[in-house]
Amino acid sequence: MSEQHLDARRLLCPMPVIRVQDAIAKLVAGDLLHVSCTDPGALHDVPAWCRVHGHRVVMAEPRDDEVYICIEVVKQT
Amino acid sequence: MSTQRKAISLISGGLDSMLSTRVIMDQGIHVEGINIFTGFCVEGHTHAIRKKDRQKPKRNNALWVAEQLGIKLHIIEVIEEYKQVLLNPGHGYGQNMNPCLDCKGFMVRKAYEWMQEHGFDFIITGEVVGQRPMSQRRDTMPVIQRESGAGDLLLRPLSALNLPETRPEREGWVQREALYDFSGRTRKPQIELAAKFGFDDYSQPAGGCCFLTDKSYSDKLVDMWAHRSSRDYELDDIMLLKVGRHLRPRPHFKLIVAREEGETRFLEGYRKQFVHLLSTSHSGPLVLVDGELNEDDRLLAAQISARFGQGRDAAEVEMEITDLDGRAQRLMVEPLRADEIPQDWYV
Ligand code: SF4
Repeated sequence: MSEQHLDARRLLCPMPVIRVQDAIAKLVAGDLLHVSCTDPGALHDVPAWCRVHGHRVVMAEPRDDEVYICIEVVKQT
Repeated sequence: MSTQRKAISLISGGLDSMLSTRVIMDQGIHVEGINIFTGFCVEGHTHAIRKKDRQKPKRNNALWVAEQLGIKLHIIEVIEEYKQVLLNPGHGYGQNMNPCLDCKGFMVRKAYEWMQEHGFDFIITGEVVGQRPMSQRRDTMPVIQRESGAGDLLLRPLSALNLPETRPEREGWVQREALYDFSGRTRKPQIELAAKFGFDDYSQPAGGCCFLTDKSYSDKLVDMWAHRSSRDYELDDIMLLKVGRHLRPRPHFKLIVAREEGETRFLEGYRKQFVHLLSTSHSGPLVLVDGELNEDDRLLAAQISARFGQGRDAAEVEMEITDLDGRAQRLMVEPLRADEIPQDWYV
């Protein structure tokens, strides 16, 4: 299992979702992806993308002016 | 056992692509969605930059549609490639800077490439004959099939009965009789079909799927190109055209004035890339300078910027101009009066 960090700050949706999609394409089941964003929409869209692709959102929360999301890769997309 | 056929559906986030996808899913086809991000797409989140619009749902409609339908959605970013479509559209522009026919051909081509790479069988879109003046006409819909390379692997389920038979129909992958004959600009049949499927919350963008159909946005884009040495752009350029008031008091510089707090926060992310102004004596918006300022321009930029802050009626306002090297200069200026800002400065 590996852990990766993705800095998607300053990107407007859907760019954070696209970056998450690209990052997860390189990961395997069980890996964790930690994502930092500044577009508040990411709090909604990244989990939505995870749901349609079957990944598990471990945590998604606003932190100060940022949004932090942790995803567990469930299956390869 | 018959082969499970697979279709890739171009999902814009609007009602038509949602319906066409559902129609094909109901025929037992495995459908996945593809959403093409050109950089110009209308996103709830871009509006969400502006605080006053925050009541509106901050959702990505394409993802939302995928979730309602229970399908996967692949979002493809094409910002670089799309430049060729926007800068040199073979079929020209629509009413504004929207190259709809070339754009649709390009999007279907991306879907076609994806289809081939992933072993899918055909492509579906929510297009309806006669619905859009440029890309959805009886004579232009075949152009999209031809120029995208998809040919008769492109099926438009909502309008199929008005169009020649496609391969998925001919081969019996889908039943033609169970497809539709929608045409024209009326939305009634779509709304009825939505009700039949139990869809009661969907997005129906009035203009189109992107900012290029918007006059004010197109004007800003044309202005940007007119004042640069080339008609090129980066993602930051096209994002900044969506935000703030844009004023061009001189040909060699433009000011981007945040309209409220949300926009100021967004523009703050660009402070290192742009000379910028902020009032130090009164509260006011962050202002970015796109272009070069000479000494006279600095005063003018400060006076204009002061106009948009709380000090607009004060005798003097202190403005701070920060250059790209981080050095700041403070100026005491008299804010311009509203009637001193000619209307044609507003881009
Ligand atoms: S409205 Fe925009 S995204 Fe839609 S076809 Fe026209 S140019 Fe392309």
